[in-house]
Parts: sequence; structure tokens; C-alpha cells
Amino acid sequence: MIHRVHQLAASVAIVALVAGACSSSATPAPTAVPSVAAPSAAASVAAPSAAPSVAPSAAASPSAAALTVVVIPKQINNPYFDVAFKGAQKAATDLGGTVTQVGPSAADATQQVPFIQTATTQGVSAIVISADDATAVAPALQAAMAAGVKVVGYDSSPAVGAYNVFVNQADTAGIGKGLADMACDEAPNCTGEIAVLSAAQSATNQNAWIAAMKTTLKDPKYKGLVLDGVVYGNDDPQISTTQAQGLLQAHPNLKVIIAPTTVGIVAAAQVVRAAKKTGSVFVTGLGTPKGMQDYVKGGEAPEFALWNVTDLGYLAYAVAADLVNGTIKGNPGDTFTVPSLNNGQPYTIGQDSVVVLGPPFVFNKGNIDQFVASFGF
Amino acid sequence: MSAELAAGPAGRGVAARAASAVGRSRELTLTGVMVLLCLVVAFQAPDFLSLSNMSQVTTLAAIIAIAAVGEAMVIITKNVDLSVESTIGLVAFVVADVLRQKALPVPAAWLVGVGLGLALGMANGVIITLLRVPSLVATLGTLSIFRGLDFFVAGGHEVNLADLPAGYSDAATQAFFGVPLFVILAVVVVVAVALILRLTPFGRQLYAVGSNAEAATIIGIRSRLVIFGAFAGAGLLAGVAGVLWGIEFGTIYATSASGVALQIIAAVVVGGVTIAGGSGTVVGAALGALFLGLINNALLLLQMPQELLQVIYGAVILVAVSADAIIGQRERRLAAERALR
Amino acid sequence: MTGTPGFATDSGATPGGGVQPAAERRSPLQRLPALLRWESLLLLILALLVVEGARISKFFLTGSNFSNLVSAEMEVAIVALPMTLIIITGEIDLSVESMIGLSGAILGWLWSVGVPLQVGIPVVLVVGALGGLLNGLLVARVGVPSLVVTLGTLALFRGLANVVLGPNAISNFPAGFTAFGFNNIPGTPVPWTLIVFAVLGLAFWLVAHGTWIGRQVFAVGKNKDAARYAGIRVGRLKTALFVVSGLIAAFAGVILTSRFSSARSDNGTGLTLVVVTIVLLGGVDINGGKGTVPGVIIAVFTLSVLQNALRLAGVSSEYQAVAVGLLLIGSVTAPYLARQTRLLADRARRGRPPPAGSIAPGEVVG
Repeated sequence: MIHRVHQLAASVAIVALVAGACSSSATPAPTAVPSVAAPSAAASVAAPSAAPSVAPSAAASPSAAALTVVVIPKQINNPYFDVAFKGAQKAATDLGGTVTQVGPSAADATQQVPFIQTATTQGVSAIVISADDATAVAPALQAAMAAGVKVVGYDSSPAVGAYNVFVNQADTAGIGKGLADMACDEAPNCTGEIAVLSAAQSATNQNAWIAAMKTTLKDPKYKGLVLDGVVYGNDDPQISTTQAQGLLQAHPNLKVIIAPTTVGIVAAAQVVRAAKKTGSVFVTGLGTPKGMQDYVKGGEAPEFALWNVTDLGYLAYAVAADLVNGTIKGNPGDTFTVPSLNNGQPYTIGQDSVVVLGPPFVFNKGNIDQFVASFGF
Repeated sequence: MSAELAAGPAGRGVAARAASAVGRSRELTLTGVMVLLCLVVAFQAPDFLSLSNMSQVTTLAAIIAIAAVGEAMVIITKNVDLSVESTIGLVAFVVADVLRQKALPVPAAWLVGVGLGLALGMANGVIITLLRVPSLVATLGTLSIFRGLDFFVAGGHEVNLADLPAGYSDAATQAFFGVPLFVILAVVVVVAVALILRLTPFGRQLYAVGSNAEAATIIGIRSRLVIFGAFAGAGLLAGVAGVLWGIEFGTIYATSASGVALQIIAAVVVGGVTIAGGSGTVVGAALGALFLGLINNALLLLQMPQELLQVIYGAVILVAVSADAIIGQRERRLAAERALR
Repeated sequence: MTGTPGFATDSGATPGGGVQPAAERRSPLQRLPALLRWESLLLLILALLVVEGARISKFFLTGSNFSNLVSAEMEVAIVALPMTLIIITGEIDLSVESMIGLSGAILGWLWSVGVPLQVGIPVVLVVGALGGLLNGLLVARVGVPSLVVTLGTLALFRGLANVVLGPNAISNFPAGFTAFGFNNIPGTPVPWTLIVFAVLGLAFWLVAHGTWIGRQVFAVGKNKDAARYAGIRVGRLKTALFVVSGLIAAFAGVILTSRFSSARSDNGTGLTLVVVTIVLLGGVDINGGKGTVPGVIIAVFTLSVLQNALRLAGVSSEYQAVAVGLLLIGSVTAPYLARQTRLLADRARRGRPPPAGSIAPGEVVG
């Protein structure tokens, strides 16, 4: 009898443990919810040839009464995406509806898919997603759209056909040109060796920007710049650091390191400072004002750029809301306005259902403090 | 041990015996291989041996080496600590966060970090010795639990260099007569721990427990206490490594130090500390950390394709541990033969 | 035991360890063989998790959720099967996640240069077997502990995957291939891959518990030297197990590539810890010699239900990892604590020290 009790006690202990883990919830309290008209019929999706047709099999249809948006970033607890999420939260307060953020702890597409599927099962109104891999998430996203969930891409696009609208933070060609221009500004007389420190080897958005930059560099204006190569830091601070150190050592005449990733640019700047090469090697790329504030003032990174990440999240949420309530269909040519963005000017959806947030901001010593204050990141 | 085996079959020359003695000392072998590596690489890329390159490489390797010394203590007792990377990350973040909030002066913040590492190591020790959970299982669990704590403390933010006191990360580049500060710290740690292991009863008990835990208990060694001590020590050293990590990198994320556990364990194993417990030295572990750091840097300087880095890393580990096993087998065979004579 | 380090002095942390004093009356629960007690506990936890999941979300008990929940774990599940046998023999294979990545990378690369999948898939299966052979030979012939061998091959195989595929991601697989990994059997919520797991699971169950090979595996795990003296070819057995592990990991890589319609050199990263967690949760002793395949099968579903329920509750993945970590530690501690309280109760009841037999073999006293 006592023995059975002890076995039971052990079971209870484990179960209590597990139950405790289960009941901890990360969902924030919902904000005031206005009544929203029923979402438009499932968006027409041109299925790419590689995608299977998937039976939704008894998934719940999105609720017609409340707008629920799930944000799935490339990686949870990544400061860049957390800032974007704050923008989405602000939009939720302004426009109504509830928004939550879930995602994988590593920037891994295979780990993103279960979150997409869970959101579909729960019948959310819309998924806002930055894809770790454009095609790996496509089948799950298409299944979501078939079940009536709106899909808005942001930051890193899912494959064409697996989203309703993609909110691009800036024009890809524009980012590429911007990177080339900043490198040209930093290299003395726009002449010298340059190298790129990127994120993951298969990161879709970074690869697109680097390709655009290489195209820009073909222009005679940049003929003095020699691209030594591209190395990958995986958005890991330690790997980015050793890669940047390797660049400095392998190319003694290196003038500029271009890092189109917020983790990489910080690592590169720190390496330049630690190697006491401030003033002879410069760093540029995409970084947050707060993260690079010390290095702008210190001279390691006289110039770098980023867009307003908070606004990116805001816009993504606004687009999701507009899709759900039918204001826009997501087709090229659709226009819409978002009251607090773009100075009230309307946005236009372009080819492949892409809408661009706006031009990036270039930060330098003169404006860095003001941007840190106004952006908050 | 090596001395009597070096007096092998009659007729072997001094050079051969010296070579076999070196071969049996993992520390000497590693040092020899590293010298060779430096010479070969310097031929192709002279900058490899430049002061600035060596400073960078050895500074990073020093942080890994300190953590590897702690891990070596654990592995000598025939256990393993997978959670060391989460300890480093959590300590680095907490120290940075405390400094960001200007809650404590810098030295006090560092003490908090080291103390936190000690506490986490003791937690591991309790789970393993008191709750009797095998160390692989326990530290697999605490790997996630400590990292979860890290995410919780971070609350979605990172700590930027701008948040820290001015010139905070300059300590990472301090050098005395060309030797980086971190390297000096690592040497101090290695020497201190090596002396503890060589000269104190605790050190001898560590090896005894690792060789044969039951026999150790029979002769009166409190095995559980010894193992607890090993994990506490590993936690303390991981705390030190975490503090140094924060100084080196400046900007700390909730994910900082992810993936470094395998590097540390690889350093220990390459350094001659066998996973079967009971042998190996902390000096070897530190040399293993240096060796792997040098290889990583050499590959970058030789501009080898990034893809090859991991392949070579894996191959080095396999070669090192295979050599261990082969030499170990040969020694056992020779000892058995000698016993039969 | 050369392989996995653990807390060497105590085997009492295993489920069902310990010796029963002969004089006790045994309750019905006690009469179940020790390991079945573990499975019953696991089933109980699973049932409670299902109830909790249904409470958290009304979508939990839907067909689509079942399909998602199951298909997300199937690659890990099939790899856990040979891992079970390997851990029972006292070894471990950390390299499985890298073999998953390598096989996917090779398959993707072959496809991208025009080799049809009918050729590509057998090729990567052979690669998997060869990788396993490397592991097995280093462990069995050269005598290197498996923890470090597979640590090395973990890096080596992943490096090879990077060499094969580099920064490219291959994704233009034919629809039929993707359908296999991603789809359900038409008209049901049952994924195709569940059938694969069911077949393999039954096969391993049979082999482990019903054949001479299985008995050899347990014998080697309990006492390697005794097994050798009894005539078991220990080295050959272990090598064979690693070959099977590599083969199955390669197959899992094919399934993963199919499910995501995407071959990337970093596919599968992080899966080794999940596989080891499942096997340990299933009641397999990390020190070798004890464990069951049905326990691991139940653990597969327990873990995936837990993760699914947590996800439906909106818990982020790092806190899910914490829950799994706590569950892992708890699952090993609870039986030990149960046994300790029972021993204490015995002593309290009898008012004298317990008889010599009631201390578990190898338990450290003091």
C-alpha cells in the first residue's frame, strides 16, 4: 500500500512539473477588439509547381469577430525582431486586434514550420513571417492560406506564391547600392580592398543584398574598389568575430569591411577597435543605432544604414489588418494608407505583391544620438 | 609512469626512447605539433606569427582554455558537463546587465558573475550527487534550463557596448610585454589548478574517483563530495570565462556563447584528457584549446574555403582521440607482456 | 564500460533499479516487471498531457493538429530507434544530426546536377552506412570512446555537408517527393511518415526484445567482458549498430528534405539532443544494459505532445526547452526518489537498519 502511494507520489511530482510548464502562458492580454467584417474568401494563390496540394482537414476557419495576428520572426529573442515586434504591438493598439510573437530559438527554417502549423490550427486571422528559408516554409504557408489565414512576409521573403503581401524594408537594389556607396565613402578616394562579412551562408535577404551590391560595383564609378570576398558569420557573435579577425589578417591592405547584418557589423567594429586599426580599416553595413553608437563616435564605423525597424513591424501589422478586413487584396496596383507612416502618403503594392517601407536612413556621427533617442534601438 | 615504460626492449637508442617518451606525453606532443603548424603556416602566410594575429588568437583561446580547465576536472572524474556554454552565456549577460543598470561598480559586478558561475556549478553538483542523475542527463537538462534563465533575464534585449562603462572592452587588448592580459590570466588559472590537482588530497581523489569510483569509495574517499567539488569548480571557472567573454565581445545577446560547449569538450579531449576518466592534465586541456584556436586561425589565414573548417576540425578531434586510444592499447599490451616475463 | 560517462557509482537512478526485500507483500503495481512500470508512468504522463492540451486549446484534438504534431517528430523518432540500441550497449552516437544534414545535402546536390531521386536516395543511404561504419570501426577496432568519436564525426559530417552544398539551398524537388514527407494518407489525418515509423518501430521492437540479436545487445550493455567471454562478438555487434544508426539517420535526412522540400547544409542542426532526450525519457539507462523500445516509442509521442501543447499555449521555444530539461531530470530523479522514500519508510517501519540486499548494487554509502 505504501509502495503504491510512493509510486503515485512520484507520478504526481512529474505531472505537476509538466502541468506547471504547460500552464505558463506567454500570450499578452488582448487589447480592445472592434468588430471586424468577415475576411474575404481565401486569397487566390498561384501554387508553384513544386508544392503539393495539402488537404486542410478540419482546421478551424479564421474567426470573423476578432483580428488575431501571429508574428513569426527568423529567430526569437533577436533584438532586431524584438524591435519590429514593438512596432507591431503599437499598430495593434492603434488599429485594433491582438498580436503575439512566437518562433524558433535558432534561425532555422525547419523549426519555424511547426509554429506556422500551430498558428494555422488555431485559426489566427493572419501570420506575419520573416522566413529563414524561402522555400522550406512555403508548403506550410500555402496550407495556411488555403485554410483562410492571411500571410504577410516581412524582412525576409517567403517564396513567391506563399504569401499575400511581402513588406520589404527597403528596395533590394537600393540596399545594394547603399552598401556600395557607403564603402565608396569610407575607402580613401573610393579606392582599396573591401570585403563582406555576412550572416548565414544561405540567408536569403543578405544574399540578395550582396548580389545587388556586386552588380552596383560593376559601374565605373567604383572601379577603385576591389572585393576580396565574402565570409559568413552566421549571425553568431563568436563566429563573426573570428571571421572578421581572419579578414584583417588575410588581407593586410583591407580598407572596408561591409557587414549587412546587425550582429556582424558590431563584431567587425569591435575587432577593428581591438586590433587598433581604427582609422585605417573602416566598417559599414546595416546596424542598429544603439548597437553602433559607440563605434560611430569612436571612428570605426563612420557611416552605416538601417531602416526604421519599428515602422517595419507597424507596417507589416497594418497590411495584415487591411488584408483581413478586405481593404486590400494584395494584388499589384493596390494602394492603401497607414495614418502614422510615410507622412500619410499612400503605399502601392508592386510586382510579386511586394510593398516597400521606404528609403533606409544613413547614420553618422552627426545624427547618431538623435536617432538613438527617436528610434529607441 | 612514462619513465619505466621508456626503458623498453633493450637496444633502443636514446633518441628513440626520447621520442617515445614525448609520444606518451600528450602535452609535449601537442606542443610539438603546434610548433610544426606555426612553421608550416608562417611559410605560406607570414602574418600568422605577427604580434597582432597571435594576440587575437591567444586572447580568445585563453577564454576557452579557462573553461576547458574546469571541464577537464569534471571529465577526469568520468563525468561530463554540457551546460558550460549556458553558464558562460548567463554570467556574461548578467554581468553586462548589472553594469548597464549601474547597479554595482565593475569589480563587484565581476565577483557577482564568478559567484553566479559557482552557484550554477553547485546546482549541477547537487543534481548529480544528491539526486543521482547521471551527469550526461543532468547537464543536458541544465544546458536548456540555464539558457532559458538567460533568455528570461534578457527579456528580449541585448546589452550594447554603449550601455557599458567607457573603455570596458579595452581590458581585452591590454598586454604586458606583448603578452595579452587574458593569456596571463589563463596561465595563472592553469598553474593554480594544476598545482591543486598535483599537490592536494582533493586532486588525488579526483583522479582516484575517475579511475575507479567503487574502489575509491572502498578506501574511504567521499566520491560524491569530490564529484560535487569538480562540478562546483567547473562552474566557478565557467563564471570566470563568462566575465572575460563579456569583456572581449562587448555586446552580449541572450544567445551569446551558444555552441561553445563542444569547442570546450573538444579542447579537453584533444588535450589528452580521456573521456573514460582518471587521466589527463589541465595543462593538456589548455594546450588543446590553444591548438584548436590556432588551427581555426590558420585555416582562415590560408584562405581555405569556410566549408573545410568544420571538416578539418572534426578530423583533428578524430586523429587526436584515435592516437590516444592506440597508444593506450599499446601501453596495456606492453605492460601485459612485461608482466608475463 | 568504455562509452558514455555518467555518474559511475550509482545505478539506482535507473527506473526499476533496486532489490526487493523478500519479506514484502507486493502490490499489483509492484508485480509488473520493473520496466513496464516505467512505461505505465510514461503513458500516464502522456494521457495527462493530452488532457491538459485539450484544456489549453480547442484545436488540440483536431485531425490537422494531430497530423502536424506527429509529422514534426518522425525524423527524430526513427533515429531514436537505433540510438536506443546503441545506448543500451553503453555507447552513444552524437553524429546523427550531421548525417541527417549530410544526406540531405548530397541528395540535393545530386538532384541539382540531374541525377534522378531513384538513384540519389540509395546513394545517400550508402553514404549513411559508410559514415556509421567509420564510427563503428573507431569505437570497436581502435577502441576510442564513442562520445568523442561521434563528437568528431558530428563536426566532420557537418563540414562535409557544407563542402557539398556550400551556401546553396536546393528546393526544386518534384511534387511527388515532397508529398511523401509532408502529406497525409489521402482522406485521413495520418502522415505517410507515421507509417514509416510504425514499420521501423515494430521491426526494432521485435529485434530488440524477441531475437538473439536483441539479447546480445542487452548482454553487452550489462557486462561487456562477460558477454565477450560468452562468445558474443562485441566489436562486430557495436559496429553493426553504428552502421544501422548511420543508415537510418541518412534515411531521416531524406524525409526531412522531402518534408521541407529544401536541402540545406545546416538541416538537422540541434536534433541530436532531441533524440537523446527522447531515448532517455523512454526509460533507457544512459549507463547501458536497461531500456525498452516501446518505452522510447511512447516517449516520442509524449515529447511531441508536450511541445505541441506548449506551442498552442504560446510558450516560446526556449521555455519549451526548459520544460523538456526539467522533464528529463525529473524522469530520472523521480524513480530514484521514490525508491529512497520507500527505503526510508522501510527503515522507519522496521526500526532497524535495512537488510544488506536492499541497497542497490554500486550505490555509494556515505
